[in-house]
Amino acid sequence: MAASCVRTVGSLLGKCGNCSSNINTVTSQLSRRQICVSTALLKKNLAAAGPEKFTVEFIQKQVEEFDIGKRHLANMMGEDPENFTQEDIDRSIAYLFPSGLFEKKARPLMKLIFFPLHEAVQWGADGRPFHFLFYTGKQSYYSLMHELYGKILNIEKHQDRLRAKGLFSQDAKAIALDTSRWFTKEELEVLLVETISSHNYDRFIQLIERLLSMPYGNMEEEFVLQYRRPLEAQSKKQSVPVPERDDKGVAFSTSDGRRKTSNSSVVLRDGGSGRITVNGQEYLQYFPVLQDREQLMFPLQFVDLLGRFDLECTVSGGGRSSQAGALRLAISRALLSFLSEGEQETMRQAGLLTPDPRVRERKKPGQEGARRKFTWKKR
Amino acid sequence: TSGCGQQQEAVAVESELEPFSVFRTQESDPACQSEKHLGQFYTLPPAHFRPLFPHGLPYRYQQQVKTFNEACFMVRSPALEVISYLKKADYSKPALRYLFYGLKGSGKTMSLCHAVHFCYTQGWLVLHIPDAHLWVKNCKELLPSSFNSARLDQPLQATTWLRNFRTTNERFLSQIKTTHRYAWTKREFTDEGRPLGELVNQGISRVKSSSDVVGALMKELRLQSGQPGAGFRLAVAVDGVNALWGRSTIKKENKSAVDLEELTLIHNLRKLVKNDWVRRTLVLTTVTAWSPTQLTGFDSMDPFIPVSVPNYSEKEFESVYLYYLDRKWLQHPQSRTEDGKKELVFLSNRNPSMLDRICGFL
Repeated sequence: MAASCVRTVGSLLGKCGNCSSNINTVTSQLSRRQICVSTALLKKNLAAAGPEKFTVEFIQKQVEEFDIGKRHLANMMGEDPENFTQEDIDRSIAYLFPSGLFEKKARPLMKLIFFPLHEAVQWGADGRPFHFLFYTGKQSYYSLMHELYGKILNIEKHQDRLRAKGLFSQDAKAIALDTSRWFTKEELEVLLVETISSHNYDRFIQLIERLLSMPYGNMEEEFVLQYRRPLEAQSKKQSVPVPERDDKGVAFSTSDGRRKTSNSSVVLRDGGSGRITVNGQEYLQYFPVLQDREQLMFPLQFVDLLGRFDLECTVSGGGRSSQAGALRLAISRALLSFLSEGEQETMRQAGLLTPDPRVRERKKPGQEGARRKFTWKKR
Repeated sequence: TSGCGQQQEAVAVESELEPFSVFRTQESDPACQSEKHLGQFYTLPPAHFRPLFPHGLPYRYQQQVKTFNEACFMVRSPALEVISYLKKADYSKPALRYLFYGLKGSGKTMSLCHAVHFCYTQGWLVLHIPDAHLWVKNCKELLPSSFNSARLDQPLQATTWLRNFRTTNERFLSQIKTTHRYAWTKREFTDEGRPLGELVNQGISRVKSSSDVVGALMKELRLQSGQPGAGFRLAVAVDGVNALWGRSTIKKENKSAVDLEELTLIHNLRKLVKNDWVRRTLVLTTVTAWSPTQLTGFDSMDPFIPVSVPNYSEKEFESVYLYYLDRKWLQHPQSRTEDGKKELVFLSNRNPSMLDRICGFL
């Protein structure tokens, strides 16, 4: 800032060469004073201006600056500024500022983070609150209830008018409520930016249900739908791998499996003799321990299709037991496509299709292992 | 076709007579076994068992023999093939060599022992070295050789082997005579024309010179069986022949590794296995778990006839399964069901040794 001031002063000096000497002296004094300004003054200047107001204009300005910065970054990396996504930004920043910090959140970040709404100041300069319900303590909640009741009264008036005209009909179309649910208490709190008690929440639900139960409730459809959340997709059914046919007409299916840190992929071919190849080796050689081979055998034995398939497996990572577990999961998944619905259900019941969530627990400081504490000494 | 018809009748008759032992055959002479006995078990007569196999059988199999009180071999195609070659081979040509190779635990040593049994029944002298790996690993005592100071002796292994050799080939020991004079120390020597038995006893009683005795024995047998007038044929069976050219884990006292050339026993064995003889003697060997082309020392073994020993075929697997059932080895009730059999097939992948291990705790 000081530099720019000096520059501007200098230009002024240059332009107004004909100005009177006293102005010159003043400006020269000014310039001299500006030259010896220090950063401490600057800091004081900022503090005096007051905290930064996070107004909408401020946010917009920040967004524009971010976009410009994004384009600069794309140019720097030699990529197309138009199609520069957030992932590309992350990659470029990680490249330009390589950080060895373990905590991912502490590394350099270039991202627009929109913090959730928080309460703006509720009263003006004279101390008078803006909202008429401020002194209830939960102004947004009560204003919402007030609004709802107003709508109910409106609908009743409308109904009365229609009845008076004789055009009242019971068969108004109902709003589709199957695919959505009401907001939960927490979601409502987030929307209203203030805490509400469970009693308040029940009252709110009662009122809005009453609105909907009225014959002409569908007039306020969009308003009501604001407070409903669409239900997520029904139970995530495991996509059963479709058995394809390869060039010899043999039906085969592929699937993956994971356990601890092992990843495996299995190609299950029909019409085979029960030969199994793991990573190019015979499974007898790859899994010399009986337990691992039993794990491989379990899905096939469970559905009594031991000698029918040929398996071609690849597995990597982890140890011997986790590789066997990963393969078992992959085999079960691949088998699904060759089984009927009932058999699939029995497999699910048997736990063959559930990926094992157990992972190695982290060692904590102050303890010897994940759970084991150091030997306790009395003194 | 008539022969086939007769054979079929014979088989039918056999199966009628013994419906419970479709996996067994009465033919206990390997010379008379043929393809129709493939997959069937024959029992070794106890009279043959003690002298033939004081060493040479896999450890687990020896335990099985003790448990079942009988020694049963399965007639499998690799062994049958080699036996047929042995029958038809022309012995005036240089020595023929056969190599059994295959995966770990697929039955190479057992095939070798089957062939050795055949040689024994034919009245040949059998030089059976149980496992060349034993001579190359874990040697407790090493002595500098008395014969050649650059080499090292292994007295313990040599004496055990000589003892077993004596058990196997009792009748030949008095027949064969030495052709040279061997001086073991300043005062002990074996004259020319002494029976071989004396040589062997010398080696057993004088532990220090046993390795040299082994060398002398091999030289004698090589020379003598080469001559047309010899009254015997020699069969050499070496198990684990790839140990002769691999690395050894024995260390000298100054912790430097011992080169295989420096071991007397290995040196003599290598000479034995080389191709410079005429007449009879076949060298039957087994290799652990490699394909024959990868064998080190391939050049000294060349030329030879490789014979692959695969895992059990379906029929052979059936046989073994019925055998175990017959011997009441499989106690678990589920092992008698079809599903149980499929499980066994899967878990062992039809590998003989794996199957044996699994059935061990069923």
